[in-house]
This record gives sequence, C-alpha cells and structure tokens, in this order.
Amino acid sequence: MVTPTSSPTPAPHASDRMTPAPDVVVAGAGVIGAACAEALSAAGLRVCVLDRGAPASGTTASGEGNVLVSDKGPGPELALAQASRRRWPELLASLREELGPAGAEAEWDAKGGLVVATTEEAVTPLTAFAAAQRGAGVRADEIGADRAAELEPQLTKGLTAAVHYPEDAQLQPVLAATTLLAAVRARGGEVRSGVTALGVTTHASGAVSGIRTSGGIIPCGAVVNACGPWAGHFAASAGVPLAVLPRRGMVLVTGPLPDGTVRHKVYDADYVGAVASGDADLQTSTVVESTRAGTVLIGSSRERVGFDDSVRVDVLRELARKALGLFPVLAQVPVMRAYGGFRAYAPDHLPIIGEDPRLPGMWHATGHEGAGIGLAAATGQLLTELWTGRQPVVDPAPFRVDRPAVTEEGRAAA
Amino acid sequence: MSGGVGDARVVVVGAGPAGMAAARAAAEAGAPVLLIDSGPGLGGQYHRQNALARQERFTLPDGVEHLPDSVVWALEKVPAGHRVHVRTGPADGPGRRGRSIDTRALVLATGAYDRALPFPGWDLPGVTTAGAAQAMAKGQGVRVGERVLLAGTGPFLLPVAESLTAVGSRVLGVLEANDPAAGWLTEPAGLLAGRGKTGELAGYAALLARHRIPYRRRSTVIEAHGTDRVEAVTWARLDRDWHIVPGSERRIEADAVCVGFGFTPQLELAVSARCAIRDGFVTVNTAQATSVPGVFAAGELTGIGGAVLSADEGTVAGTAAARTAGARSASGARPGPPVRALRRVRSGGRFAAALGRAYPVRPGWQGWLREDTLVCRCEEVCHGALRRAVEERDALGVRSMKLVSRAGLGPCQGRICGRNVAELTGLPESGVAFARRPLAAPLRLSELAEPPPGAATPEPPAAPAPPTDVTPAPPAPHEEQE
Ligand SMILES: Cc1cc2nc3c(=O)[nH]c(=O)nc-3n(C[C@H](O)[C@H](O)[C@H](O)COP(=O)(O)OP(=O)(O)OC[C@H]3O[C@@H](n4cnc5c(N)ncnc54)[C@H](O)[C@@H]3O)c2cc1C
Repeated sequence: MVTPTSSPTPAPHASDRMTPAPDVVVAGAGVIGAACAEALSAAGLRVCVLDRGAPASGTTASGEGNVLVSDKGPGPELALAQASRRRWPELLASLREELGPAGAEAEWDAKGGLVVATTEEAVTPLTAFAAAQRGAGVRADEIGADRAAELEPQLTKGLTAAVHYPEDAQLQPVLAATTLLAAVRARGGEVRSGVTALGVTTHASGAVSGIRTSGGIIPCGAVVNACGPWAGHFAASAGVPLAVLPRRGMVLVTGPLPDGTVRHKVYDADYVGAVASGDADLQTSTVVESTRAGTVLIGSSRERVGFDDSVRVDVLRELARKALGLFPVLAQVPVMRAYGGFRAYAPDHLPIIGEDPRLPGMWHATGHEGAGIGLAAATGQLLTELWTGRQPVVDPAPFRVDRPAVTEEGRAAA
Repeated sequence: MSGGVGDARVVVVGAGPAGMAAARAAAEAGAPVLLIDSGPGLGGQYHRQNALARQERFTLPDGVEHLPDSVVWALEKVPAGHRVHVRTGPADGPGRRGRSIDTRALVLATGAYDRALPFPGWDLPGVTTAGAAQAMAKGQGVRVGERVLLAGTGPFLLPVAESLTAVGSRVLGVLEANDPAAGWLTEPAGLLAGRGKTGELAGYAALLARHRIPYRRRSTVIEAHGTDRVEAVTWARLDRDWHIVPGSERRIEADAVCVGFGFTPQLELAVSARCAIRDGFVTVNTAQATSVPGVFAAGELTGIGGAVLSADEGTVAGTAAARTAGARSASGARPGPPVRALRRVRSGGRFAAALGRAYPVRPGWQGWLREDTLVCRCEEVCHGALRRAVEERDALGVRSMKLVSRAGLGPCQGRICGRNVAELTGLPESGVAFARRPLAAPLRLSELAEPPPGAATPEPPAAPAPPTDVTPAPPAPHEEQE
C-alpha cells in the first residue's frame, strides 16, 4: 500500500538514528540488487540493501553463473549482454583493488562456449543464428568436428555442426553477489538481512519518501525493486503492479570429475527447437559445464509451474538424457544433487530496468529470466546511468518500465 | 511392477524396528505391503544383522514384499498419492534396476544416524561414530580398535560399549557429556514412563562394572592426536553448558574414539513430501500421520526413544496406512485401532521427550573447535572458513553458506556436517537446513536418464522425441540463456 506521510511527525525509524537516511534503499539482495547497489554506491550515493532472507540466497543461489553472449540473437538483450560481458571483468578487477583478492574472488573464468548440433535439421538454424550474431559483433566461429574434438575431447563424435564462442564466461553467482555487497559496505552502505519490504511511503507530491519494511519505515529518496521473481508482489504492494512471473529451472550437479573432462560450456542447439514449441510446460536446453570444484553442472529446465518447488523426475530425466547425448562419457558419473529456482520474467521476456513513471522515486530492476547473473553488471551500470543522467551504455528504451506488456498485464494480473 | 494410481499397496520405507512393525501391522490389517530398505537384510541399524552369517532372523507375514538393497532416490506427488522412485542393487555395482511405485499410503521409517560433533583431530582415521563402530562390530565382527574411548551423550552409548567389548576391544571409558543423574532420572514423568528402560540400564551398569569400564559424567573427548591415525586422545571435564573445565584435560593412549551425540533423523524424504517438521523431527498425530495426507512417519524420524517405542509407532502407522489404502480384513472389516501399541506409544512418547531433555546437545561444544578444525570433512571446510563465510560473504542462508564455503556439497551432502554447520553459523532452521535434497540419494547419470520403468507410471514411457518443427528463425532472446 502507498501510505502518504505528509504529517509533520516523523515516521518511526527502522534504521539507527545516528546514521543518516539512505539516498536509496534496494529491496532484494540477489545479484541484481547487489549490482545496482554497488553501482549506485560507486556513484557516491548512500545505499541500504535489504533482503527478507539472507543475501544471495534466492534465485541467485540457483544460477549456474553463465555469462553468455552465445545464446542471444541480435536485439536489445544481446546488447545488454555484450555490455555486461565487458563490464564484469572490469568491475571484478576494480573491486579486487578495493577489497583485496580474497574479498573479490568470484571464480571468473572466461572459458568460452561451444554450441553443437547433433542432427541435420539443427545445422541450418545454428549456422544462420551464428551468422546473425556475428553481424551484431559477437565472436561466433564455426568450427569443424576436428577442432571441436580438440577443444572438447570427450564430446560426442556425432556432431553435425559446432560454433565456438570465445567470449562466453562464467562466475560463481553467490561469490559475485557477495563481492558486490562487500563493496557497498566498504563504502559506508548497509546490508540488512531478514527485513521484508512491504510497501512505500510517499510525499504529498506523490513521490517516494521511504520504504515500509517489517522493521519499520526507512525514509529514503528512492527505492529500487530488485526482488527477483517476487518483484511483482512488492510492486503491487507499492501500488504499481508489474507483470513479473516465475519460471522454474532445475539443475543437476555431479560428483567431482578429473580435470579436463568438460572444458567449456557446452550446449546443444536443441534450444532452437525448444523455442518452436514456445508454450510447452517443460523445456530443457542443456548446458554442460564444469565448476572450479570439479563438479559438472547440467542445466537447466524451464517449467511453468508457478512457485511450486516439488521435484519432477521427468524433468531431471530429460536433463540427464540430453547431457549424455553430448557427453556419453558421463554415463557412470554420480549425480550428487539437484536444485532449482525461479527465474523472473516479463511477458515480453525482456528485463525491466528504470524508474516507474507511475511512482516517482520507485525504480525496478528485474525480469532477467535465465540471464540475471550475466546481465547484472550492465544492469547496475545502466540503472545508475539513468539515475545520474549520464550517457547510458545501451539504449534503455526496450527495458523501460511502462511497456504495455509489463504494466498493463501487471494490472490485469493484480 | 506396481499398478496405477489406484494401487492399494502400502509402501514402507526403512526396515528397522519401526518399518518392520509398520509392514507387519499393515499386512495384518489386510493391505499388500512393499517394504523398501537400502540394506541387504531386515532390521535396520538397531538389529544390525551379521552380514557374514546372513541368516534372516526376522520373518514377515505373507503380503509383505521386501525389497532389499533398494534406495528411494526421489519422492513425487501424484494426483492420488505419492510416487516412490527406487533403484535396486548394490550401490557401487552396475545394473541397478529402477522401479517406481505409486501409493496412497506411504510410511516413512527412515530412522536416524548418530551425530558426531567436530573437535580437533576428529578427521583422523580411528575416529568413528558410535553407530558405525557398532555396525562394524555387530555386522562384520570387526573391531574399530584395541583401546577405544567412547564419548557423547545418551543411553545409546551403553549398548555400543557392549558391542565393542563383545568383539574384544578394550573400552577405556564411556564419557557422558551430560549429567543424566541430574536429568531424566529425576523427572517423575520420564522416570515412570521409562520404567522398562531402567532395568535395561541396570544391565549395562553391570557390564561396565564387570569390564571395569569407567563411566564419567560431564566429560568428553576434546581432541584426538596422531599422524596417520589416532594414537592418543585428550578428554576433559565439562561444565553444564559443555564448556571445557580449564585444567581438567587428560591425555590417554588410544587407537580409536567413537562418538555419538544423539541422533539426526534421516529427513530428506519427509522434507520432499513437505511434512511439517518441528525441532528437527517430523510431527505426527496419534495415528502417526504427518501433516501430509497419505504420509505416515514412525520411529526415530519422529523423536528418539529407542527400538521398542519405534516398533510400537510402526504398528500404529502401519495400521493407519492400511486404513488409508482401503484395506479390509478377510472378514471384510476395516482394521481397528491397535489399542495396545497406541497406549505404549503414548507413554513411550513421554519417555522419549524426557530423554531428549536429559541428553541435549549444549552449545559449549562450539568452543572445542579451533580455527583450523574441519567441520565438513568431505569438502575439507574448517571452522575459520565458515566464520569467514558469514563475516565476509554474508552467508546467512543455507544455500549461500554451501556455495560460499562448500560445506555440505561433498559426497555426504551435509548429512554429517549439516547440523553442525548450521549451529556454528547460526543458520535458521538448523535441524532441517541441510535436509532439502530433491535427489534423496545419488545415482548415476545413465540411471537418471533411463526412460520411466515399464507400466509403473501412467505417463507414456517414450523419451521425448527430438523437435521436428525446427524453424530456421533465430530463437527468441529469452529462451536460451544459461
Ligand atoms: C536453474 C537456474 C539456472 C540459472 N542459470 C543462470 C546462468 O547460468 N546465468 C545467468 O546469467 N542466469 C542464470 N539464471 C538466472 C539468474 O539466477 C537470475 O536471473 C538472477 O539470479 C536474478 O537475480 P535477482 O537478484 O533478480 O533475483 P534473486 O536472486 O531472487 O534476488 C531477489 C531477492 O529479493 C528478496 N526479496 C523478495 N521479496 C522481497 C521483499 N518483499 N522484501 C525484501 N526482499 C525480498 C529475495 O529474498 C531474494 O534474495 C538461472 C536461474 C535458474 C533458476
């Protein structure tokens, strides 16, 4: 609810009275909230980040940490992904300076991606897709079977086409998010866990004057809604409904394997087909990749099941089946665990980044679906540029809040 | 292979005292029963059968199909109940068979494993849990060491002392961290309810006396020394909260230490089924029904009270499950309530509660650790690393703690360390924090990839066909992330 607080008596403070009110409160301490908070604090703003649970324990803890350009066709999201791919290593390098190497360790690894087709039908879509990406400035090298086998010796021999994406990278999402939060703290900002955002307070002018939380009202100049798949709930409680929906994903994790078993992020070009069956309840486009700990991650499914987190064996089976198609060598490898999370998506499948024209002082940064880890660095950057009025790194228009798909469908859903 | 959704079969997971009793009661009430256990025989941990002798000491009524060497690796909700996914065969051998069974009445009797608290040197060979030492002794006739010190809390250390003595170990002492004389024996309700137990305890007292095994209250092992294995042990007196009494440390030569600080219930299936859990145990009503319709729980999942109480709970659960499954006796009657077992569960439950109060784990144990003491042995995560994860990385949630520190990500998936990590770092819901395991047991990728077994499930078994309507258009930008 929007609660006007035009009365002269000050609202009860949630924060320590000694600390000055923050310029901005970021609701949600996932990788997106953390990236926004980091960028805003770097711009000199006093930032408070709050999370109803623990920082980086939501969707961010489910992310596989891929920072990809390979999977995006030309368009606004690819532009954001390219900006983010450039930004991440720079950002981590500067945070290493600021926080020290241990404090900024995020297991960044620019290992490159390999997209392969195993059927004749998939060859043309894959190579056409790669050509379009090259037109947009992505390095997408079509390679032969020999070169593919050199890059990835254990990969199935039955390839019909392969494209190498040297720009694809990965990091460890929780380490990345907590590195960003450490920087916020180091600059005098605050990170509070166990505090739920319940709504906002407004000035007589209608602009945001504070955030209502489970710990009381925190007066502030602006609020950033970075509540991930729950961003729609918070937006609605602030009186500005937003269409943000959850899409579940599951990931399998194997036991540790010998070094070099899987070297790149390898995925099948099946996703082209998966898109064709757009509304299916279940889609999987398998990515197989190793982590620094030696385990292999196999992800991930896309299911429309709301916030239901119960296990679905058919989903796990499908992931396993596809991974084996790519890496028959993994047949006897133990799967140690499975986990899942909910990707936040807008009906038009583009992130939502910017100020809400319906409520001055209310900003949103959400809807990154299956790419929020990768897109976080540029998201924080873009939001801060919009805030400070600097030249934005990418065209912000496609991500603006008042797209009909986001606000009107949000109203319909609310 | 089981039938479809309308299957009247009761599925019991766990063939310890609780599960066996549940299977028996359900069968006697007229229900067909499938009894699943990961072990090769019946009896579970308590009645650890001698694997070498391999005689079947337990008999089950007709109508119970026993599925040994079988692990339930996933539990799925289906419209009319639950689907239990099982693999059968030796865990490390090839060719395990897969099977899925739908049931309207599921009894979880997955028991508990004993809890070890970390201390410097606990990762040395020669340090085992009391339960593992007992299993080696009873199951294989093997002794963990020549000179063994037993430490922990609870009356369950005593039968372990007996088993070790029986295979010829010299038990140097039983160190009880609590002071039970000041605990449950003075509690009138507990004393009354535990009357049967006091006799049992007297038997152990005689055993200790006969073998001159010292029994020390408010003491424990605080360090194990050695290079390749345990050579010596330091033990000390503890205060009420288990802080070490300064100056009380004593060193003693020993080649094995067995520790048991109560039990951690094997919760993952109950968590998968979304059963309500309180204080680390599954909550049940008087019929042993959990908060989830069609799911019952018995034995140490619901509280620690020993084998007899577990069996009584199993009887109650099995009878109730048979009713839920729609069983009728030969005469066509619905099974009646198991009055005697119900009564004994009521009084036994009081005993279990008193036991829990008398033998708590006190927070002072956290002070036994040093910065470099391993807490998660699988991933070699030390105490200091956990502290840093909290202080430097805001790892205040289970998932972020796991991913930052790697604690609980190794082969045991937090079964050994989870609770200790949670308590050391102040994670919420410490009892269940690490028990969320959608995959309840590891399995090979090829096993997971297998098409669903036969007619077990209503859905068609065929693997999804590759997409046929491939369009050359580039995928929409949202569909192919990650
Ligand atoms: C299985 C899976 C695999 C994925 N793999 C990748 C990948 O490889 N690469 C990639 O780039 N992306 C991947 N993603 C997507 C990525 O994880 C998300 O896009 C990203 O984590 C979103 O971050 P977030 O900060 O928006 O959301 P979250 O991490 O969910 O953060 C939102 C936070 O808001 C908090 N919150 C919610 N409501 C409130 C409230 N009212 N008050 C206070 N706090 C609140 C929550 O507790 C949560 O911590 C994957 C997602 C899934 C599910």
